[in-house]
Amino acid sequence: MAETEIITYREAVAEGIAREMRRDPTVVCLGEDIAAAEGVFKTTVGLLKEFGPRRVWDTPISEQAIVGAAMGAAMTGMRPVAEIMFSDFFAVCWDYVANEIPKARYMTGGQVTVPLVLRTANGGGLGFGAQHSQAVENWALTIPGLKIVAPSTPADVIGLMAASIRSDDPVIFCEHKGLFASKGPKPPEGHVVELGKANIVREGSDVTIVALAATVPTALTAAERLAAEGVSAEVIDLRCLIPMDLTTVLTSVGKTSRLITVEENPHQGGWGATLVSVVVDEGFQLLDAPVKRVASENVPLPFADTLEEAVIPTVDKVVAAVKAVVNF
Amino acid sequence: MSGESTELLAMYEQMAVIRRTEKAAYDLFLAGLVKGTTHLASGHEAVAVGASFALRPDDYVFATYRGHHHAIARGATPEACLAELMQKATGLCKGKGGSMHLTWAPGNMLGSYAIVGAHLPIAVGAAWSAHLRGTSQVAVAFFGDGATNIGAFHEALNLASIWKLPVIFVCENNFYMEYTAIGSVTAADHPAADRAPAYRIPAKIIDGNDVIVVRDTVAEAAARARAGEGPTVIEAETYRHYGHSRTDPAKYRPAEEVERWLKHDPIDVARARLEALGVTPETIKSIDERADAIVAAAIDAAKNAPAADVREALTDVWADGGSAWRT
Ligand SMILES: Cc1ncc(C[n+]2csc(CCOP(=O)(O)OP(=O)(O)O)c2C)c(N)n1
Ligand SMILES: [Mg+2]
Repeated sequence: MAETEIITYREAVAEGIAREMRRDPTVVCLGEDIAAAEGVFKTTVGLLKEFGPRRVWDTPISEQAIVGAAMGAAMTGMRPVAEIMFSDFFAVCWDYVANEIPKARYMTGGQVTVPLVLRTANGGGLGFGAQHSQAVENWALTIPGLKIVAPSTPADVIGLMAASIRSDDPVIFCEHKGLFASKGPKPPEGHVVELGKANIVREGSDVTIVALAATVPTALTAAERLAAEGVSAEVIDLRCLIPMDLTTVLTSVGKTSRLITVEENPHQGGWGATLVSVVVDEGFQLLDAPVKRVASENVPLPFADTLEEAVIPTVDKVVAAVKAVVNF
Repeated sequence: MSGESTELLAMYEQMAVIRRTEKAAYDLFLAGLVKGTTHLASGHEAVAVGASFALRPDDYVFATYRGHHHAIARGATPEACLAELMQKATGLCKGKGGSMHLTWAPGNMLGSYAIVGAHLPIAVGAAWSAHLRGTSQVAVAFFGDGATNIGAFHEALNLASIWKLPVIFVCENNFYMEYTAIGSVTAADHPAADRAPAYRIPAKIIDGNDVIVVRDTVAEAAARARAGEGPTVIEAETYRHYGHSRTDPAKYRPAEEVERWLKHDPIDVARARLEALGVTPETIKSIDERADAIVAAAIDAAKNAPAADVREALTDVWADGGSAWRT
């Protein structure tokens, strides 16, 4: 039997894009330093070489022009994949993300379609300081009209990239900086992960832990520690914020009666709040304990590792939260 | 009649239809049948019509919230425009867009954008797409003088220039933003044209109230664009006959200035040109009457159309037609 090839999350980004570029000539990439330099995070390695300068475009430092041009191209027959180098930079092109791209179909009464992917390096863990480390999925969560994807494994990067590029809706694709070096099996050709399908990455019976992107490994490590102490945790990788797979979450809570969310964004306005609001509404009778959300503190992300750890969700914080609800 | 007279007469008719549609929008607003706001383009007709006659049907047009004239110039009916303003099911956008977002995709009029300057990069993207697909289509962004001071304008010009894209930037310079004169807040005499050379883009300042001048200038820019020679900036000087929006009386504009521009009405300019070409006053009058009839019928039809369908409120967010955010 052939051994499964192992690739990094970072390599999976380029692989996922390349697979789609091979099957669909309308897929084109643009962004700062993505072509000749192959990306500041090396997430576009090999694309220029394989597809040439008509498919892979280096841009000036013009986030509005990058995202605006991607939109115009998407409206007129292309499937652009635009890179915003750090997700924090969405703030300088937010008009396109909040006002233009998601509203175009609706406010024209369905006359235009905007099939594009905005890829971005998101989240903390690499010591880049407050302006290059935020997890901003929840910014996009407030806007009707955007699909939001945040994979946690190389296989999901490839499968969700395929679904995102093939989607006729605009997708915000959050690649987690803290996961770029992580490794996993390379999925076979044709691997597609449907948007809006959460993944139960560990089965358990005492508590449901819902996590996203880099908080998935955190939750899994916590679950292992809890298992040693006799607590059986089910871990759900949400994969997408929109569509949000509440069916999987509610089914799991039906089994465990307890719920924890692990979110890298600050507590206020986080995706967990939205998720929990539905669970307590539609699944109130399923719950045996209060719901806890492990989220970041209400501070900009600090630079020093020890300070960052004090602010973002950690294994210790998840374990403590689980114990609190299990012992309720 | 010569070919030129025939075309000019067709342009004249379209300008006459736009003028009457805008008048109808104003009156319907006063009558309470148009809600929200409107930004009327009376006075700007020659820019839209001249450009449209220079373009191919498959070229792309992007406009601002002051965009009724561009929708009509690209083939949207006055009836569908007025119906949209009146929140009717038969409106261009089924009542979901309103005056500021008129869009007519069958004419590749790909939207009216209400965030100042936002559509310039989008038009650049459409031009990039045309270039990639090898269609020789061009994209045209129409925008106000006020838009030249926003970052998106500068990012768009730079990108269009370095990528040599087939895009035409047409500034409808009406000398005012909302209520402030552009000259008082801009470090350039010609807000669009003076900036273009910094991005190695050729620019022309033209009489935006002369439909022939607009048509010929846009035609030249389109030919350059199709030949792969890149973008052009056109600063078309014009003037709005109404205030900025709704019922703004525009008291901030000096009376002599208003009077001077009203004497240079684009429809009068076109009429004078028609007469110079030997078109009879009777022929012109018959066109005026036809425009009257078209818009009167449009007003009636829009008034009698059914109201926006409430079921449409939750459609058209996603490509599957729905708006669900969760499972
Ligand atoms: C980014 C942004 N800032 C401010 C406004 C409010 N606003 C709407 S129209 C307008 C004036 C724009 O002037 P100009 O570009 O000259 O166009 P005109 O209305 O004269 O056609 C302003 C300030 C806006 N819509 N978008
Ligand atoms: Mg103006």
